[in-house]
Amino acid sequence: MKYSDEYRDPGVARRLVDAITQAAKKRFSVMEFCGGHTHAIMRFGIRQALSSHVDLLSGPGCPVCVTANADIDAAIALAERPGITVATFGDMVRVPGSRSSLQEARSRGADVQVVYSALDAVNMAAADGDRSMVMLGIGFETTAPTIAASVKQAQAMGLCNYYVYSMHKLTPPAMKAILGAGEIKVDAVLGPGHVTSITGWKAWDFLPRAHGIPCAVSGFEPTDILSAILAIAESLNEPAAQRRVSNTYARGVTAEGNSVAKRLMADVFEMAPALWRGLGELPGSGLDLGPEYAAYDAKRVFEIGDLETTTADARGCRCSQVLRGLIAPPECPLFRHGCNPAHPIGPCMVSGEGACSAYYRYGGALD
Amino acid sequence: MCLAVPLRVESVDGAVGRVSLGGVLRDISLVLTPEAQTGDYVLVHTGFAISVLDEKEAQETLALFAELEEASRAVEAADPRTTEGATAQG
Repeated sequence: MKYSDEYRDPGVARRLVDAITQAAKKRFSVMEFCGGHTHAIMRFGIRQALSSHVDLLSGPGCPVCVTANADIDAAIALAERPGITVATFGDMVRVPGSRSSLQEARSRGADVQVVYSALDAVNMAAADGDRSMVMLGIGFETTAPTIAASVKQAQAMGLCNYYVYSMHKLTPPAMKAILGAGEIKVDAVLGPGHVTSITGWKAWDFLPRAHGIPCAVSGFEPTDILSAILAIAESLNEPAAQRRVSNTYARGVTAEGNSVAKRLMADVFEMAPALWRGLGELPGSGLDLGPEYAAYDAKRVFEIGDLETTTADARGCRCSQVLRGLIAPPECPLFRHGCNPAHPIGPCMVSGEGACSAYYRYGGALD
Repeated sequence: MCLAVPLRVESVDGAVGRVSLGGVLRDISLVLTPEAQTGDYVLVHTGFAISVLDEKEAQETLALFAELEEASRAVEAADPRTTEGATAQG
């Protein structure tokens, strides 16, 4: 058992596709919240295999893509100050803010370091007590507990030069905002497996309860995704009142999730409004450091002040609509025409798990 | 960004686990999964184990796939229109 190859059997995948097409009484749409799912769906040809019965819509589930210009501008402003090093996960450095990206700021002399883990940033802070280390807290519920753990680690080590600039975001409020806006018809939601390993699948209970739509929490291998879509197809045949959250990723996800991680998040963070690219400001959709951890909060410690920031996308870029599922990447006039992974214009092409990047890499036959 | 990979815990030392990633040994933090033990598979995300994979559940999913496969074969065997070639194409 390797927990990966076993779930890639092409024969099982074909059976699941057959079962989905048999169960589907009419065409239905599924929003895959998570960018990791978008990539797997494109990579394994699932979108094509189901195209006669299922519309798969990409959602806002790429933390880098939904980061607002204002947060990138603030990170750059910090990195440009003498004595401050900004540490970040790698996929953030090329994302454009209002005027430039962290990578461009680095080429102008700002101190930006890429880390694999927030604990690397803690160790860098410990190694150089003269510099202030600001870790960018980017990510959904999957990543937030690891950043919380880094703050606790810095505290345990007695560090006074480790800070977090939190731009963490919570996934259920974004899903609610998309459904509430009513801009697109979403018949069901493919629940993000790794987010849900932390939150537990009960976090998605509101989908069937308040919106009458099924949700299937899925892993990231092809037969994981197909069995989740099969569960959705079967659930759509039931009356709305009987629909439930299906957990087809039971090897990694439980009803309650990871209680240690949830406690740690609740200890270090408090809920706050957050600004999402494409969705605007959503109340209760973000995490800031709580008052007890003010000494580690880059937003409190370093007054960033007003930056000339813009919420507008780059000219012609339609990432904001891609993130809401309103258009598929090839519908953007820049897609392949001036915007590609080597020269990305919008964040959905920059990030390895952005929808545009997935369509560019694997979607040739569908354009 | 929420990328996480299933890796086997080769050894545990306090809150640090050693995993093998493509033959390279790497230390990860187990603070979020204190229950993880040597031999367990964990989902690893940015240097942290975020979930201990449940072998029983993993096997059950595979058993369901096997049932699906068997049921489909039985249907095909009973259907005179189905040929060997059609089975191969699924």
